[in-house]
Amino acid sequence: MKSQLRPAFFMLLILTVITGVIYPLVVTGIAQLVFPHQANGSLVVIDGQARGSEWIGQQFDDPKYFWGRPSAAGYNAAASSGSNYGPMNPDLLQAVQARIEALKAADPTNTLPIPVDLVTASGSGLDPHISVAAALYQVHRVASARGLGEAQVRALVEEYTEGRQFGILGEPRVNVLKLNLALDGLE
Amino acid sequence: MNLYGWLQIILYLVVLLALVKPLGTFMAKVYQGERTFLEPVLGPVERFMYRLSGVNPGEDMSWKTYAVAVILFNAFGLLAVYLLQRFQAVLPFNPQGLGPVSADSAWNTAVSFASNTNWQGYGGETTMSYLTQMLGLTVQNFVSAATGMAVLVALIRGIVRHTAKGIGNFWVDLTRSTLYILLPLSLMVALALVSQGVAQTFSEYKAILPLQATTSATDQMIAVGPAASQIAIKQLGTNGGGFFNVNSAHPLENPTPFSNFIEMLSILLIPAALCYTFGKMVGDTRQGWAILITMTLIFAAFLSLAVWAEQGGNPAFTAMGVDQTQTHLNPGGNMEGKELRFGIANSALWATATTAASNGSVNSMHDSYMPLGGMVPLFMMQLGEIIFGGVGSGLYGMLGFVIVAVFIAGLMVGRTPEYLGKKIEVYEMKMAALMLLIPILLAKVGTAIAVVNPLGLATIWNTGGPHGFSEVLYAFSSAANNNGSAFAGLGANNPFYNIALGICMFFARYWLIVPALAIAGSLARKKKVPASSGTLPTHTPLFVAWLIGVIMIVGALSFIPALALGPIVEHLMIFGM
Repeated sequence: MKSQLRPAFFMLLILTVITGVIYPLVVTGIAQLVFPHQANGSLVVIDGQARGSEWIGQQFDDPKYFWGRPSAAGYNAAASSGSNYGPMNPDLLQAVQARIEALKAADPTNTLPIPVDLVTASGSGLDPHISVAAALYQVHRVASARGLGEAQVRALVEEYTEGRQFGILGEPRVNVLKLNLALDGLE
Repeated sequence: MNLYGWLQIILYLVVLLALVKPLGTFMAKVYQGERTFLEPVLGPVERFMYRLSGVNPGEDMSWKTYAVAVILFNAFGLLAVYLLQRFQAVLPFNPQGLGPVSADSAWNTAVSFASNTNWQGYGGETTMSYLTQMLGLTVQNFVSAATGMAVLVALIRGIVRHTAKGIGNFWVDLTRSTLYILLPLSLMVALALVSQGVAQTFSEYKAILPLQATTSATDQMIAVGPAASQIAIKQLGTNGGGFFNVNSAHPLENPTPFSNFIEMLSILLIPAALCYTFGKMVGDTRQGWAILITMTLIFAAFLSLAVWAEQGGNPAFTAMGVDQTQTHLNPGGNMEGKELRFGIANSALWATATTAASNGSVNSMHDSYMPLGGMVPLFMMQLGEIIFGGVGSGLYGMLGFVIVAVFIAGLMVGRTPEYLGKKIEVYEMKMAALMLLIPILLAKVGTAIAVVNPLGLATIWNTGGPHGFSEVLYAFSSAANNNGSAFAGLGANNPFYNIALGICMFFARYWLIVPALAIAGSLARKKKVPASSGTLPTHTPLFVAWLIGVIMIVGALSFIPALALGPIVEHLMIFGM
């Protein structure tokens, strides 16, 4: 037993240095050198001001913007969280009902079916994407709020629709922040 | 689910199985002490480590010495993680000025990471300083994985050797696992992840000005940190402890479908490849393939159930007029707690993989799954984390089941059972039975204690009905099988759950390692018996079917009653009326 004490201690020490110090430093060094934009959070900088991260969903509830996935974290990008409601939880059903009503109140004449991703909280609370159906659902509202033609807004949605990665992976999607930035750019 | 969903699942399995042979061969070389192409770079480091630690790499340890070395090394590791958390406030690399972690939470996390469970009672970005994440958690991600691999290799040596006293040298197995396998793979995976947008920086959190001025705050902080380096090893080492609170659902931990593919591949890569390493080391690769096929078949069956349940969606949403139909514009299905870029297929695939292996990382919130969708990850853990399982621990657990399967078959034909030329006798059976029964006992007794006392019931947020019970059952199944994922609606960061789950994780890990090593020692001492006409071949489709039967019967007999009280009754309540 005693003879194993020294190896136990020193092995932990050396492995701590190798895996806990050298390894993350090497990864950080290479990352900052080769992929500086990605490694620092993929920030979207406009006129010297960071307006967000390409990957972090923001709160949008103004009718003139496209809205993103509902967030159980209040879109707090320093404290990610899902709702963790079970499928029968009355709070879940109430929350979904309230989101449906908010969508309908903002656009009473819209008769399109409401896509599920627009009324369910994302896993992270920071989902940057919505489905193409969810974007198309909102075209009428955004166009009226901005006094733009629906065709123009729909064209923008199509422009910002990302396909499956390499043609196969993931789901077709729209990045809400990028789309809204482009909308603001129209004016 | 549409064609794309199935294509992605098939692509995943094909790539995984294609990598099994090359990586498995490489690992066999590493463990047999052969020269690899990394030798010129890492050989000097390896020898330096032995010199400084006073290790004689040629020393062959008895199983008891090996066990002592494992336990001592893990005890030091556990202590280091505990102290780092308690003192992080006065230590450097803490740009957010986070305070010390509470004693019960620090104990839970220390056991959790040392035991390769990586249950997270805490929220990463609001609790742990960069120093704790690196020196404590990242280090344990490596060495707890390497510990599992070392114990497996010792067990394989026990099968291979005959009339021998020793089963190898723990320090050598630990060092070589880390240096030659885990580190190079992690480096590659980490850089691939950064290229996709996973954060890797030591800067403080980023302040931004949101596009739409909000009433709550005019500026927003975005948590960043050295995430990619930790995520790579948390996936490869079947650890699962994320950098951020929501783990790989967080966009800066898993931003794109491709980063998701790499991370999912990393979950099963080493456990799958170790099957081939096993076959290679026992001199009959068919033995490794038979086990791998057993794992893959069970995996595929449960994966299909999860996909079906989730794509079906929540009937309560349909009643409100929500469109859950899958089209090329809408992933459809039950999207509560799921990320849009992953949709149903990649969420269900991850959930099944992460619980088949004892990984426990998540890219969607299992608590919000439909009842049967959530039952899949729950039952995968309850099978004992042997369907791929943890790195090393999955296969030594599976070999425990193989011993039981061989034994039962032997009883049926009235012969002394044998496996790979070794007689399986009372001692091996006792030890294998311990390996099977300890996790089952911990999961069920733990759940029972929690649901009959007010401390356990106080923090079930999904009150009313069977879902709360499912959450508690999930928590103890996860801890008792060193998985680490959660039905996170259970408030588990409090003294009762921190201590109770910590105890489960501790015994589930170390009380299985000791019997596994005892089997290794006992088998190594035995003579080899030549195969005869009465020997049960263990590489045939018949044996694969037999092994699947034994695994399913043990799992079902142990947990169907408990599952009936949780997800099954919940399913009936939703769909049965």
